[in-house]
Amino acid sequence: MAGNRSVLTGSAVLSALLVGCTGTSGADGPAQDADVLRVVGPFEMHGLDPATSEGFFTRLGVAETLVEADGDGRLEPGLATAWEESDGGTAWTFTLRPDAVFHDGSEVTPEAVTAALDAARDEPASPLAGAPVRAVTAEPGGVRIELDRPYAPLPAVLAHTSTQVLAPASFGADGRVEEVIGSGPYRVERVELPSVIDVVASDGWTGDRPDVERISYQAVGRAESRALMAESGQADVTFGIDPVSRQRVEGADGVQIASVTLPRSILLKVDAGHEVLGDVRVRQALSAGLDREAMAAALLRDPEMAATQLFPPSLREWHDESLPALEHDPRTARELLAEAGWTPGPDGVLTRDGERFEVSLRTFPDRPELPVLATAVQDALGELGVAVEVQVGNSSDIPAGHQDGTLELALYARNFALVPDPLVTLLGDFRPEGADWGAMGWSDRALTSTLADLAGGADGATADAGREAVAGILQAQLPVIPVAWYRQSAVVSDRVEGFTLDPLERSWRLDELSWSS
Amino acid sequence: MAAGRAELVLVTSVPLRAAARQVGSAGGAGPAGDGARPGRLARRAAIRRVLAQRCVQAVSVTVLVSTACFAVVQTLPGDVAMRIAAGRYGYDGVTAATADAVRAELGLDAPAWQQLLRWWADLLRLDLGTSLVTGRDVGAELALPVASSLQLAAVALLLAVVVGGAVGTAAARRPGGLLDRLTTVWVAGARALPPFLLGLLLIVVFSVHLGWLPAVGHGSASSVVLPAATLAVGLSGLFARVTRDTVAQIGGSAFVAFAETKGLRRRAVLVRHVLRNAGLTLVAYLGVQAVLLVEGVVVVESLFAWPGLGHALVHAIFWRDVPVLQAAAVALALLVVLVNTVVDLAGLALDPRPRRREVVP
Repeated sequence: MAGNRSVLTGSAVLSALLVGCTGTSGADGPAQDADVLRVVGPFEMHGLDPATSEGFFTRLGVAETLVEADGDGRLEPGLATAWEESDGGTAWTFTLRPDAVFHDGSEVTPEAVTAALDAARDEPASPLAGAPVRAVTAEPGGVRIELDRPYAPLPAVLAHTSTQVLAPASFGADGRVEEVIGSGPYRVERVELPSVIDVVASDGWTGDRPDVERISYQAVGRAESRALMAESGQADVTFGIDPVSRQRVEGADGVQIASVTLPRSILLKVDAGHEVLGDVRVRQALSAGLDREAMAAALLRDPEMAATQLFPPSLREWHDESLPALEHDPRTARELLAEAGWTPGPDGVLTRDGERFEVSLRTFPDRPELPVLATAVQDALGELGVAVEVQVGNSSDIPAGHQDGTLELALYARNFALVPDPLVTLLGDFRPEGADWGAMGWSDRALTSTLADLAGGADGATADAGREAVAGILQAQLPVIPVAWYRQSAVVSDRVEGFTLDPLERSWRLDELSWSS
Repeated sequence: MAAGRAELVLVTSVPLRAAARQVGSAGGAGPAGDGARPGRLARRAAIRRVLAQRCVQAVSVTVLVSTACFAVVQTLPGDVAMRIAAGRYGYDGVTAATADAVRAELGLDAPAWQQLLRWWADLLRLDLGTSLVTGRDVGAELALPVASSLQLAAVALLLAVVVGGAVGTAAARRPGGLLDRLTTVWVAGARALPPFLLGLLLIVVFSVHLGWLPAVGHGSASSVVLPAATLAVGLSGLFARVTRDTVAQIGGSAFVAFAETKGLRRRAVLVRHVLRNAGLTLVAYLGVQAVLLVEGVVVVESLFAWPGLGHALVHAIFWRDVPVLQAAAVALALLVVLVNTVVDLAGLALDPRPRRREVVP
């Protein structure tokens, strides 16, 4: 039977080679224990540094920021128990929580906080880099931040995830984070970039001990896969549920759906310095040409999410109920275009002095609804005689097009509460020289000075009037054209109770959950 | 296959080699050992030749592939620093300012040829560099994807070979019979079903309704089953087809008829003559499929959130993470060389024909 044996040996060697190379990566995965809360979402993590970890460690309750915020953006104590301004608003003092310790047992010292804030100031992606900070110094029991000029939103900026405070032992020799050692209710047990994070409750936490001891997060890229995981009970909390899956999962047993509107708007960025789009009548016509309710109903499966103004109702201070809503009005749109000199050509496309109304629209697929909404915009504007070419590319094509001036229209979702005070994002997005994710070729003196007054510390009725003025100017001038608002949904298994969604997406509030008995 | 020429030689060579092996396993050079020696030497020479050729190939492939990757990335549209910033900070954080910081940090303003020279120099020292997006060592970055891809490919291949081989061999016994025709239907059906749809169906049946297996993920040992089965279903059809054709063809050849006439039992004929010869074709085919499996399963990887090489490669291209892209492409290329080497060596071991004509008296 020699031949028999050699065939067997041959195939055994081959399979051993193939299997042998594979290692045992499957063996040491997260335990499928009943006491692990399994969280699934679309987000992947690309680094451990505070600026590149996409807020994972603050959302999971591993790292803390000096200041925290509730769902309405009201600031709350975090690592700092109190803060006060002095020197006419050009200096702030933050008092640290005295019993705070990092997960490696070391104390949260003013020096550790100073180091974290200095690192964030050097990081261009952090809003702290855009704040007028002159110096951060350690003081007994706290830190002092000196400013070049009064800057009222500073505490809100210190609630941004990029300012999270990590232990000195987290950093390697080159200043990069090698291990995330925070001071929150959970400590990191295992990280497998880009898709897995396991955390356990920390013994050093002096607040209420969370009922859920262990959490395992897994990134899953496809919405279909996430929905099936939620349905099959493989996930306890599932983020990023698309509208179609949400409708289906609603009927499934053993799960609930939690929803909240986000301070995020889908909008059309317009090059207002463009020879055609620079005419405010044209921008108003494009806006009136959009049937936002139909788009929200058909594509987002949520007609309430049709935008009537830039700021969604969840931004309570900025949303202005009295503002006349943006409405679908094709007749007015055509009149406005005719006023601007555009008349239909032989093929239906508008022309003026022999020039055709053709524009490009850039968007990207990171949020799956954007490309479909872009084609709906293309169709709606086509009805008016505007030929739109949709280009679906990378998110960086939009800032790149802003910089080199080739961008005409862009569709994206903007989060106005990157820091709990939307003012910080607005100050950047609508600065007179324009911004990558904001206005382009557009500025308004009244808007600039109103925003500056708000940043300088205007409060009470002055601030209310200022915010109203800002919303009114943006609605009339349309430097960006609002399209839709956002509702975030999560599927939650009946295994847990007490789940709520944070509209600011700062925290997943998993430490507030309890197991159903 | 040049069966006609090989037949006569085969009949003589199999007992000869069997004798040689018996002597070899007895651990000494007996009287018969001298007679088998030229055959063994020739085999060793052939193995050395294969290994030498493949080593040269590995080195040249590494240089070519990494250079080609670099050139392709340079010609892709879009600003490299912007893409890397998008990868690092996400779409809320990519701005001209962050891209400028990335450009300054990574020295992307340097001329392309300087960047390429740097990569070559690092490669000589076996240093794969660090990822432009995550800042981690590329070796560490790719360890998990390579291991996951190999694991998935190995399990899928094993499943496909076991199922496809058994069905194909059985179908070949009676060409045109019921099982044979069922196999044809299976092949057509399995190939016509897109892996994405098949994967979803498997999840719905085995995870959602039956609750036997985890739907998605890469944590527990059982999570490999569904993605591997998704890949194996399509492959097993092909394997069944190829096995059936090869086995049927060899089964109809003169040397099998001779072996049967000689009085060998059917099982012995099948194992010793038919399957061994069929193995040659099948191992070569297996090699091709192994390479395809490792490289071309992005759809299945993304459906099952399997952190494989396809996933890593797509992200590296999307973010212009050149070091990761080059290393991943080189890893794939070397894997192709490795699989080909294994196939060659397995072919040498399986092929009953002698290496040199003069061995046959």
